[in-house]
Amino acid sequence: MAEQRLFGHGAAPGLARGMVSVLHAAQPARGAARSPAEEAAALSAAIAAARAEAEAQAAQAAEPAAGMLEFQVAMLADDELARPALAAVAAGASAPSAWNAAMAEEIAGYALSGNAAFAARTADLEDIRDRVLRRLASGMPDATPPGAVLAAPDLPLSRFLAIDWQHGGAIVLTGGSASSHVAMLARAQGVPMVVGIGAAAAALTGCEALVDGAAGEVVLDPLDATRTAFSARIGHEAAERARTASHRAGPAVTADGTHIAVHITIGTLADLDACDPADCDGIGLVRTELLFHPCAGLPDEEAQAAAYSRIARWAGGRPVVIRTLDAGGDKPVPGVTPDGESNPFLGLRGLRLALQAPASFRVQLRALARAAVHGDVRVLLPMVTVPQELAAAQALLDEAMAGLTLQGVPARRPQLGIMVEVPAAAICVGRFDADFFSVGSNDLTQYVTAAGRGIASVAALADPLNPAVLALIASVARHGLDRGRDVGLCGDAAADPRCIGPLLHAGLRSLSVSPEALGRVKQAIAAVDLRDPP
Amino acid sequence: MNDLCAETTAQGAARLVNAVGLHARPSVKLTQAAKAFACRVEIALAAGGPWVDAKSPVKVMRVRAPRGAMLHVRSTGAGAGAAAQAILALIRDGFGEEARRGGAGHG
Repeated sequence: MAEQRLFGHGAAPGLARGMVSVLHAAQPARGAARSPAEEAAALSAAIAAARAEAEAQAAQAAEPAAGMLEFQVAMLADDELARPALAAVAAGASAPSAWNAAMAEEIAGYALSGNAAFAARTADLEDIRDRVLRRLASGMPDATPPGAVLAAPDLPLSRFLAIDWQHGGAIVLTGGSASSHVAMLARAQGVPMVVGIGAAAAALTGCEALVDGAAGEVVLDPLDATRTAFSARIGHEAAERARTASHRAGPAVTADGTHIAVHITIGTLADLDACDPADCDGIGLVRTELLFHPCAGLPDEEAQAAAYSRIARWAGGRPVVIRTLDAGGDKPVPGVTPDGESNPFLGLRGLRLALQAPASFRVQLRALARAAVHGDVRVLLPMVTVPQELAAAQALLDEAMAGLTLQGVPARRPQLGIMVEVPAAAICVGRFDADFFSVGSNDLTQYVTAAGRGIASVAALADPLNPAVLALIASVARHGLDRGRDVGLCGDAAADPRCIGPLLHAGLRSLSVSPEALGRVKQAIAAVDLRDPP
Repeated sequence: MNDLCAETTAQGAARLVNAVGLHARPSVKLTQAAKAFACRVEIALAAGGPWVDAKSPVKVMRVRAPRGAMLHVRSTGAGAGAAAQAILALIRDGFGEEARRGGAGHG
């Protein structure tokens, strides 16, 4: 069979190689008809057994799994959960169909609640349902071979916990979500996980699979050359992990004793659960376009304020830089960004789009100002090209503050900074009266070198170490030092060990990287000596 | 449920300040706290009800009380005052979510 590549979304980073094992969802069993009393007894026994199973798992689990399992135990222990199903059984329904129907109604109530926090609990309810259904079918969870690549439409928590991940393995879901409990646990336990691949799970049966959890890529039936290269990457990553783990905790200090602030870049709330706040100096970038469900659009002010506040509390007084919606360019949002632009990277994107359609921008500014009472929230504007855009955003923030004050809603005016990614802003940074500056090295590099990173034939030209890019970064860093304004850098260069030395020599003292990169970035910083010539 | 003790009642309200409202973990904590008291304990989103048994996690989750909502607490029976006070304190405290997170930061 020819090698086949499937692309989904990365839910937990890591590399794994194994045979695909397809997990089938629990189905109500068709048993011989029994009396209502026998059916009721079978249902009660199955619920009690499911509760005991969850209790046993909770006793062995660490947080956050323990908390989720305690919730399942509490629900299974509540007579109210079984009441509708027992009523249906008394009226003649079989135990499995009564339970299935009653749980479907309960789950629908969560799914349709219109509240993301409750909708996210449907996975737990489905897990509760399936635990009981499996008991009713008198079948135990079917065994997944150690080290297998598990393929399924979705993976319930109980099944994840029933598998011994010590022997490797990975999770590939045709549906699923990167913000599910299972994804959170997969990140915490280092199990590579890809969600949302466009293929039926059954079609993967019996294939050998290579899973890249960070890239969200699955290779089926790999060619020998692909497999060899992948195995080499696995070996390299394992060695690298062992070396960098020791650097993760503790401050980032260069060989000459200069302290460097290392912040984390996050895209989802679940990223916070995979990181200890003590390991970073704050959050250097929150990408709000990924924070919320892509299909649902930007949520209302309440939901945004709750999410931003949670991030601010997590940081516990450390700075939290939240970027306003940066749609367009490489991040199109259906219905928001314009279709058919000849070059979206030079089109209506970032702050340009926000100022053109300011209704949702206003909502976001209000939510950010509300969250700012819970921590050191700072607002970052993307794609700023001329000072008038910053002034317009400042005016909208003033307006939002005035509105909140008038309504008596607790709020605080956050610092307002700009991304330095458009050469016009980088070259004349002194024209911008921003509270802080954040160099967006990905876009700055491609705009300065006129080479797109995504175009393989010119990708080598899109080099953040091009002296023109470094000269601009150095001038922005000097400007920040002169004016006493923070300057940081977010972008892939911040986590690239090859770039860290040159960036620090250019004057940067603050970097923002993905949580998993903290160890290797601090390790690379420790190897830099700023007394040496660059 | 004990009508003999129904003469003792207590009622109060507090705002849900934890991150995502009365969801899974807070519901478990609330029901555990309510079960520690013999008296009847109920919650509602409005002072006039509808009232829901605070000892049933299934029913508490069905309330789907979001963050920022005012949660009303009513207790009836022996020890009603202490029960209402304990539940209201738990709500005001955000169900200890921040404390737990802070603790994890040192581990």
